[in-house]
Amino acid sequence: MTGRALLLRGPRIADPVSGRDDVADVLVRDGAIAEVGSALSAAKAEVIECDGLVLAPGLVDLHTHLREPGAEHKETVETGTRAAAAGGYTAVAPMPNTDPVADDASVIAGVRAAAARAGLADVFPIGAITRGQEGEALAELGEMVEAGVRVFSDDGRCVPTARTLRNALTYVRAFDDVVIAEHCEDASLSIGQQMHEGITSFSLGLTGQPSASEDTIVYRDLEVARLTGGRLHLCHLSSARSVELVRAAKRDGLRVTAEVTPHHLVFTDEDLRTYDTNRKVNPPFRSAEDREALRAGLADGTIDAIATDHAPHAVEEKEAEFDRAPHGTIGLETALAVVLTELVAPGLLTLSRALDALSVTPARILGANEHGGPIEPGRPANLVVFDPTETWTVDPPFASKSRNSAFLGRELTGRVRFTVLHGELTFAEGKALR
Amino acid sequence: MNEHLLSMHDLTADDVVRILDTAESFREVGTRVIKKVPALRGRTVVNLFYENSTRTRISFELAAKRLSADVINFSSGGSSVSKGESLKDTALTLQAMGADAIVIRHSSSGSPFQLTRWVRGHVLNAGDGTHEHPTQALLDLYTMRERLGRLEGLRVAIVGDVLHSRVARSLSFGLVKMGADVTLVGPATLIPPDAPAWGVQVSHDVEGVLPKLDVCYLLRVQTERQRLEYFPSVREYSRLFGLDRRRVGLLPEGSLIMHPGPMNRGVEIDSDVADLPQSVIEDQVTNGIAVRMALLYLLLGGRAETEEVTS
Repeated sequence: MTGRALLLRGPRIADPVSGRDDVADVLVRDGAIAEVGSALSAAKAEVIECDGLVLAPGLVDLHTHLREPGAEHKETVETGTRAAAAGGYTAVAPMPNTDPVADDASVIAGVRAAAARAGLADVFPIGAITRGQEGEALAELGEMVEAGVRVFSDDGRCVPTARTLRNALTYVRAFDDVVIAEHCEDASLSIGQQMHEGITSFSLGLTGQPSASEDTIVYRDLEVARLTGGRLHLCHLSSARSVELVRAAKRDGLRVTAEVTPHHLVFTDEDLRTYDTNRKVNPPFRSAEDREALRAGLADGTIDAIATDHAPHAVEEKEAEFDRAPHGTIGLETALAVVLTELVAPGLLTLSRALDALSVTPARILGANEHGGPIEPGRPANLVVFDPTETWTVDPPFASKSRNSAFLGRELTGRVRFTVLHGELTFAEGKALR
Repeated sequence: MNEHLLSMHDLTADDVVRILDTAESFREVGTRVIKKVPALRGRTVVNLFYENSTRTRISFELAAKRLSADVINFSSGGSSVSKGESLKDTALTLQAMGADAIVIRHSSSGSPFQLTRWVRGHVLNAGDGTHEHPTQALLDLYTMRERLGRLEGLRVAIVGDVLHSRVARSLSFGLVKMGADVTLVGPATLIPPDAPAWGVQVSHDVEGVLPKLDVCYLLRVQTERQRLEYFPSVREYSRLFGLDRRRVGLLPEGSLIMHPGPMNRGVEIDSDVADLPQSVIEDQVTNGIAVRMALLYLLLGGRAETEEVTS
């Protein structure tokens, strides 16, 4: 790195790793944190006044859809990582449900190369568990591990049989810290599903998916993890019962982690009453009790991480009949503000736990060792600076190529001001810098 | 009244009474030799039908024509829709042509709601997926009130595939709103498990329910293959829930048999039962035109001169 030095002057430093929470200056040089202290100065350093702002480890997303290759009309690696930078993320993990599927090292290499060209975030591609995500033959996991892949998932699809999952969880035990991430959904309880099954779905005449669709697979997967000793991660939990099952599994000492999305922490099935297709997501928004259980599970650490499941779709795809619109909401640009507004401000989550779940823990799960703090001299300078008091309304334009946000029109408090990736600004004052 | 009619939840009990009263004044128009009033002269009503429906489309068409509106029938076959045009673009096109009201029938629940976000005109839901069919419910309420003199306190059973029936939803919501006592009857797989939250009762014993009814409302049983996973056979359905001669004998005197049509004679209703005097299925059809005239008139705001014509 040849970059000039960057002096971030006077932010409140919120470092969930060291527990540090005070005002100090941070000097960044050659891609790393050079010094943390009071009244720092450096010749020729670019000075950024951070009075009243919060500086934290750059955010890390375990669950992103960058859509490249194959669906570049929704998002590309470049536009997706630009959205990441705008949202304070320094690392993202794109899911393999591309076309072709990221089930071998060459597709992974292509995504990595596009990410390097854009230079807006570190990208850690997730590989498919099975060939073509077809749920049968294992993909060449070993070759992808050699290419640096640490997490595998057939996201969007559940591994259909316990037998295949057993083989995957057993096979990856040969590699260090490799994780199998599951999208938990029993397909037969989910046929034609448009939303959570309950009185709201019956009233709206939309085909529902009962929580049992998720719960039965969570239970199955935890038992298979118990059988194999393999390292399991559960994607986007949505139900109270799932949270309870994970809590019990952790009590038993299983090697399991779990994530929840910002939107599942906020919305319920009632929010679909206007047939807003931007709120059609999978798994669906469930009842208020489910939402409370997710919040409690996140607060007590049963749920380890907050992941966006950033799922861009083109306007014309979402502006369709409800049952024809695809599932998903974008999320990278709103995640931090949603968590600050809906969970930290009302006191449901401490700022430290929020940042832990948005950065430190996902970095650990992903093996993204240069991310997730601590904010100490010598560490890579992957940082976010945000204004905790700025109030804004979620509206286009977005840095993402798509605008299908479930939060459109919503007022949020807390806004990313600067994102620093390996010592360089990738986002500053409302603009991506590359 | 709201600007649109998307769901029975859009209407207050007072709105319902007003619609039924207005329909009553239009009912007489249908008995004249010249069945036409100038109430909506110069206004354009589009029937946007994405699903085949002979009776609802014709009923709306007649209603609009009897009010002297210009009527355009747009169905998905043989139109730009078959060339892949989206619902939104079709709606924008119709708006650009000056549609004052769009009557939409669509297989996707919620489509009329989405239409209101894209067009300025009034939107009338003529049946959306498995969601609602509010004009059917209103014509049913009209028929019940006309025959029995009231809605409040009426004991009504809705029998059949409630889970997939837009008619059952709208009618339940409407009857509960008007103070009637509603029981949903059918195989447990075809009744929404949380239905009591709608303010209705649930029963799986049709013979236990029949003696306490003012109205026995039968739903069409869908016999397509995908429905058959919900009950073992049409034969068994008919045996357990079909209305035959013997069961009709359990109904109190003066009670009504209703059906939204089209009927499966021999499945949910025996052929000779459908033709009994207490079966008011044809009245429902006739009343449908008057109720739809009332809705178009109230939503589009007919001119003062019509008051004279209709009074």
